[in-house]
Amino acid sequence: MAEETISAVITALGEGAVGIVRISGEHALAVGESMFKAASGKALGAYPVNTMVYGHVFDVDGSLVDEVLAVFMRGPRSYTAEDVVEIQCHGGLQSLHKILALTYAAGARPAEAGEFTKRAFLNGRIDLTQAEAVMDIIRSRSEASLKLAARQQQGQLARELRGLRSALVDVVVNLEAVIDYPEEDIEDVTYAKVQQSVDSCCTAIDKLLDHAHTGKILREGLRTAIVGKPNVGKSSLLNALLKEDRAIVSQYAGTTRDVIEEQLLLDGVPLVLADTAGIRSTDDFVEKIGVEKSRQLLQDAELVICVVDGSQGLTEEDEGILAAASGKPCVIIVNKSDLGLAVDLAALQERFGRNKVMTLSAKTLTGVEDFSAWLKNYVYGSEGTLSDGAYVQNAGLEGVVGEAGEALAEAGEAATALLPYDCIEIDVRNAIDLLGEITGDTVQDEIINEIFSRFCIGK
Amino acid sequence: MRLLTKSSPASVLVNKKVDEREAIMSYITDSFDVIVVGAGHAGVEAALAAARLGGKTLLATLSLDNVALMPCNPSIGGPAKGHLVRELDALGGQMGISADLACIQMRLLNTGKGYAVHALRGQEDKPYYHTLMKKIVEEQDNLELKQLMIDKLLVENGQVVGVEAETGEVFEAKCVILATGTYLRGRIVYGQVNYECGPNGLRSAQKLSASLLEHGVELMRFKTGTPARIDARSLDYSKMEPQYGDSEVRNFSFMSELKTREQVPCYLTYTNEETHKIIRANLHLSGMFNGMIEGVGPRYCPSIESKIVRFANKDRHQLFIEPEGRSTNEMYVQGMSSSLPAHVQLQFMQTIPGLEHCKMMRAGYAIDYDCLNPLQLKYSLEHKAISGLFSAGQSNGTSGYEEAAAQGLMAGINAMMKIQGREPLVLRRDEAYMGVLIDDLVTKGTNEPYRMMTSRAEYRLLLRQDNADLRLTEKGRQIGLVDDARYERFTNKRSAIERALSEIGKMNLAPSEENNAKLVAMGSTPLRTGTNMLDLLRRKEITYAKLQEAFALPELNDEVAEQTEIFAKYEGYIAKQRQEVERFMKLENKRLPEDMDYHAIKELSSEAAEKLDKVRPTNIGQASRISGVSPADISVLMIALELKRRREQDQ
Repeated sequence: MAEETISAVITALGEGAVGIVRISGEHALAVGESMFKAASGKALGAYPVNTMVYGHVFDVDGSLVDEVLAVFMRGPRSYTAEDVVEIQCHGGLQSLHKILALTYAAGARPAEAGEFTKRAFLNGRIDLTQAEAVMDIIRSRSEASLKLAARQQQGQLARELRGLRSALVDVVVNLEAVIDYPEEDIEDVTYAKVQQSVDSCCTAIDKLLDHAHTGKILREGLRTAIVGKPNVGKSSLLNALLKEDRAIVSQYAGTTRDVIEEQLLLDGVPLVLADTAGIRSTDDFVEKIGVEKSRQLLQDAELVICVVDGSQGLTEEDEGILAAASGKPCVIIVNKSDLGLAVDLAALQERFGRNKVMTLSAKTLTGVEDFSAWLKNYVYGSEGTLSDGAYVQNAGLEGVVGEAGEALAEAGEAATALLPYDCIEIDVRNAIDLLGEITGDTVQDEIINEIFSRFCIGK
Repeated sequence: MRLLTKSSPASVLVNKKVDEREAIMSYITDSFDVIVVGAGHAGVEAALAAARLGGKTLLATLSLDNVALMPCNPSIGGPAKGHLVRELDALGGQMGISADLACIQMRLLNTGKGYAVHALRGQEDKPYYHTLMKKIVEEQDNLELKQLMIDKLLVENGQVVGVEAETGEVFEAKCVILATGTYLRGRIVYGQVNYECGPNGLRSAQKLSASLLEHGVELMRFKTGTPARIDARSLDYSKMEPQYGDSEVRNFSFMSELKTREQVPCYLTYTNEETHKIIRANLHLSGMFNGMIEGVGPRYCPSIESKIVRFANKDRHQLFIEPEGRSTNEMYVQGMSSSLPAHVQLQFMQTIPGLEHCKMMRAGYAIDYDCLNPLQLKYSLEHKAISGLFSAGQSNGTSGYEEAAAQGLMAGINAMMKIQGREPLVLRRDEAYMGVLIDDLVTKGTNEPYRMMTSRAEYRLLLRQDNADLRLTEKGRQIGLVDDARYERFTNKRSAIERALSEIGKMNLAPSEENNAKLVAMGSTPLRTGTNMLDLLRRKEITYAKLQEAFALPELNDEVAEQTEIFAKYEGYIAKQRQEVERFMKLENKRLPEDMDYHAIKELSSEAAEKLDKVRPTNIGQASRISGVSPADISVLMIALELKRRREQDQ
């Protein structure tokens, strides 16, 4: 059965130091080899099957993505009984996301919920007793994803996508009306008009891809600065949040500034902590970096965590930091609550009404859970964290929006080249279908209905 | 009722069946392989196909004077409809050939919008078209044409056995094809006047519906309409804009060799505020608005009164005045369909430029009628529950001569395939508009008269009108409707295209000064490196004719040159569609057994189970197109299918 090649992250994100991307289907090896280069220089397919091969994944532009292990399993001796390539990389979102995107670029499509298992069953790998369970999984996953879709539908992203989609449907409806009713009294569509609509949708999609709030956090992490004068307990707070640093996933030098950034997953929320090395080693944030640098960091931050020592009153230094942070989305942590409070919480909250003030003890861990919950809520909205598969789905979602953008770019080119309507439409319709996958709208009769409702047509 | 066996002589009294109301002697008159009820565009194609495939065929019509009648617009073709005509022609149908002969104006529409949507449209001489078709039917071997009112369908044990006419005559048959058009309990509405009637004052079939219902056939009530006809002598042509046919002579049929055609113009004019005022003042008299019409009408041919109500801000509506033939003065007022009383129709028409003194010869009317819910049919157009009963055309809820003819041809073919014990001919959505049409009908059903549109076809770059023969002639040959002459012409064309592509594909053009000068002269840009001729042909401004002239390429006939050009220019897009088709085929190839118990699969949503049970799709792809069946249902279905297979294997 020659099925499409599919891919997905099969490890739970944030659950381990290693993440695995699985590619399954007829072209699994080709997809894997398109990005994986063994250290030996040999092709992955040149190794005996089921061999772990050490190497690297490279981006299309040749830049290094991650150091990985890859294994090729030839069907039917694999989980899905199809050709399978699995790539083990560092568990960070950055690498997983990038590798997944590369598999899409090489022709794989995002696996649906339960699809690997479904294929395993259909290909005869799973016995009858397990089959019913698989159907249950599909049913319940689809319900869960429906819930997710419903939530997305109320969200900003879905609203915008739906708006774009309906602008594209407009283009097609106009083209179709003119094609199906060439002699009716309908204003002809000009290439310039098509081009304009397609281009503006393209631009909007690019912008969405860059700015969609949750999408961006999932992709890049929430840029967070932890600030506070020395000895307020920033590092112990960090350690308390991290639960023995097992969630620290990667460390790299920022490309735009010469400070160390750390990427981590805090109870499901990906964060990029600015200058955490400094914070952790010496606690002398202000002294070491100086006011200018700290201002710079604060300015770039999407969330500022201000830590003060609750067992002592607020000093001038504290006030300075609070004032600097107050223009940003900010949470104020009054630490060392176990030592008794010398800070007037009510007054503090009144002064920084827009920002949340929370008490916490990094030592006894009192209040840590509340903070985590607040953070999740801050990032994902009142529904709290997304369910297990949500990250993957979102990576997939972004892939779909990206694909729609590519289709539109091609439609734009076709319009520029003054290619006939029917060519332009192929790509526009493709984009409409892709966006509809996200918003849950199907095109079937929509266009014909629109033609009839909008144009006065007939004998 | 028991019917006598075939060996019994005709006209023997078989049954003194006493009806409660009327006592009619039923007696077997004759036996046929196929009986077609109705001789409109569906019926004629069905009967010709069945007879040409060797079936002893009866074509029953209410009136011999109205075979292949065009009761509405005097034209054949247009977007999607022209595609259907060419496909039907490639399979060996009749409409294309007759429409070429009866054509009084031919135009190729949409020429600026891409090859896939180019559409031939012919204005037809209606009386001549009818005469031609009647003659063709009369002269067809194996085919008997009879004037009969069919009252009953005869079914025994779920198998069609024949039909009974109002005279009591019984005609036995292995298969019956219903092509009843708008005649089933047809009712005409002019304003507040309504009466039981078929189109053009013909009788309507009042009893057959009851017989169908009795056998469990599900019926729907649809509505359609037609505009007035006016006298050509009463028009002022100086006030209207003439519209002429193309100077290049084109034909629907791949077999037609007409090189010249005498053409007549149509005329364009518009309604105005005065027209709209009269219509608005009389809305309460319209059958469409006073509740008299119960059928569901099509959105694409609204009456003039619906147009004015729904598009109130439009200050004028376009009308085409089209001749109905050379031998008549009747002119068809396209765009003016109405169910207002006749005197109101005349009053508002006389407000229109060119029509100020028009004489109305026939008033426009609305008609409502019974038709079958097409969800009851298989892909072969055979009824799912009644073996040997086929249905085609408006009786399946479609609209249009071309849609009817296409279904008629398929029903005729498939009735014979059944009788001959062969596989039915089923065209897929990626193979033909005919495939899209029938798949839509039997999978999604329709809640208004269904009209073919190019926007319904997802693979239309592959389903062009120029390649209908390349797509379908081979299938027509296998079925047995493509004769040697047609097949030879087709194979010659096909090999000429292959030859041309391979020869030109091997030719390169050097970037010499001379060559570049020629390219510039044809409005193109100079070459920098040696370039393949096919790549050159890809350029928008370059045509095969230009290249041929400048660089001494092989001389090709127009059809072959066109195919070569399309191949070069569209290659990338065609490849894209082929990929889509590949994905589509994966689901299409997963067959669902006829006896699948959908209600037993508890993981299906109840809506999906119900719809699947009703439509009984033949494969997973068809199942996925049923509204209310979600992707999750499809996954569940695939697993259930595999489960079933393994359980059966284990036994």
